[in-house]
Amino acid sequence: MTSRTADRTFAVGVTALALLVPLTLAAITLLVVLDSLPSIQRFGLSFLLTSTWDPVHAAFGAGAYLFGTLVTTAIAIALATPVSVGAAIYLTEYAPRAIRGPLAFLIELLAYIPSIVYGLWGLFVLVPLFRSEIDPFLQRTVGQVPIIGALFSGSIVGTDLLMGGVILAVMVLPLLVAVTREVLLAVPPAQREGMIGLGATRWEAIAGAVLPYARVGIIGAVVLAVARAFGETMAVTLVAGNSSTTVGPSLFTPGYTMASAIANQFTEASDPLHFSALVEIALVLLVVALVINTGARLLIRRVASGPQGLVL
Amino acid sequence: MQALVALSAVGAAALLVIILGYVIVRGAPALNLAFFTERPLPFGVEGGGVGPALVGTVILSLLAGVIAIPIGIASAIFVTEFRSGRLAPAVRFAAELIAGLPSIVVGVFVWAFLVRGIIGHYAALAGAIALAIIMIPIVARTVEEVLRLVPQSLREAGLALGAPRWRVVLSIVVPTARAGIATAVVLAVARAAGETAPLLLTALGNLFFSTDLLKPVSALPLQIYQYAASPYDDWHTKAWGSSLVLVGVIALLSLALRLAIRRGAR
Repeated sequence: MTSRTADRTFAVGVTALALLVPLTLAAITLLVVLDSLPSIQRFGLSFLLTSTWDPVHAAFGAGAYLFGTLVTTAIAIALATPVSVGAAIYLTEYAPRAIRGPLAFLIELLAYIPSIVYGLWGLFVLVPLFRSEIDPFLQRTVGQVPIIGALFSGSIVGTDLLMGGVILAVMVLPLLVAVTREVLLAVPPAQREGMIGLGATRWEAIAGAVLPYARVGIIGAVVLAVARAFGETMAVTLVAGNSSTTVGPSLFTPGYTMASAIANQFTEASDPLHFSALVEIALVLLVVALVINTGARLLIRRVASGPQGLVL
Repeated sequence: MQALVALSAVGAAALLVIILGYVIVRGAPALNLAFFTERPLPFGVEGGGVGPALVGTVILSLLAGVIAIPIGIASAIFVTEFRSGRLAPAVRFAAELIAGLPSIVVGVFVWAFLVRGIIGHYAALAGAIALAIIMIPIVARTVEEVLRLVPQSLREAGLALGAPRWRVVLSIVVPTARAGIATAVVLAVARAAGETAPLLLTALGNLFFSTDLLKPVSALPLQIYQYAASPYDDWHTKAWGSSLVLVGVIALLSLALRLAIRRGAR
């Protein structure tokens, strides 16, 4: 074989294998869309707005699942963002050089724990802790404040939306810390130095120059975390309670997320419309993941890519 | 303020130590010879083990690796060596998007495509393909980064000596990047070994030892899920034990990788 044909064979071979990647993505999208069409045609927009999920009478409304996913994700972001940004700031600005590497490494390791292990730990360690100590405490204190107190009302089970949010917070922590660190490291030193030259303290320099500069990138990190939390299945399934009936204000109600619904019901569904409804839920997850990932990566690329950064 | 941020960082790192601590302390009592070699016994019967799950995880990870690693490496080579044109950015972007998909969605796809379609029933092969889809972007992304680090002068030197393109890539560029490729493989396999959701819809799980690729197969994460959701204390302990094994295997793989790289670099 001449080297020219060998080169061509190599190029064709590599290209063919590589093209399997976009092909797979297209196939996934196509198949999920096609399989959810019966459900889309039957229920339309009410699929996302009603919460009656009745396989027996073939009435499927995923509103409760959407609610569960949104609430757990919101709790996760609310809890994880301050801690992550704080940790990232410590790692990039304050920590002694010697411990920066090891500490960052330990936090990164959190990402390697399989989600089922998080679920196990959440179910057998966090749930009892919350049920016996933290939830009653919250109900006694914040639960007595009007309006906000509704968040902590109702009977305490342990496995509820709050728990789902907490375990998700732990799971998105390494992602948030890693990306925020990247973003903070990309802030030009001139920004910091300029503030300090004007007489600012270290914290004033961070809060006044570094953080605003990095704000868009941090938002990108949060958006990536949202995408991650949206699609997380196993850990949330084990701790969130899996009850689809109530859509209410209390965080202590057992909840159901979209991913859990698919995981729990898929192997037991027999009616084609039930399947189609479950695949439609998967379609929602797919679309959200695609949109968020595209948008977030653009955001982060803008801030972390070069000295021009962003002027807000 | 410094105290607050320090607390956040140390707290986050402490979480890791706490979780691993629980896994070790609660999982160790479950580990004995029977645990590794026997199959699960029915409700309430003491004893038994997770043998089938261990075998299943190994089979699934190997098969998924065999599928995903060549495709991932080829994709990385394509993006770095054949950079001209519009296909390369498209492949890269597609890999990133697949990486962002929830694993349950991948499971739904493989279910529709293989379990319902081509194969007709739950099968280990379907589980392996689902895991492969999840692994490919990880391999592609990591290998691409490493290939980029190979100096262009190395490629040019090879070409200047008269080597054809394919020879330059396979005999010069790829071996130079072999540490990074090994890292990519370990990362991807570790991730695949820990995935549960896609396997729920494809490999389904199996209480018996099985090596038949066209039959359902068990896997460690699946077994952990079944045991965790049960009401039996003995099964809960076995769930912790399985978690310990899973985390332990991942840790060992990473350590072995680090040692191999260090030794190879000398």
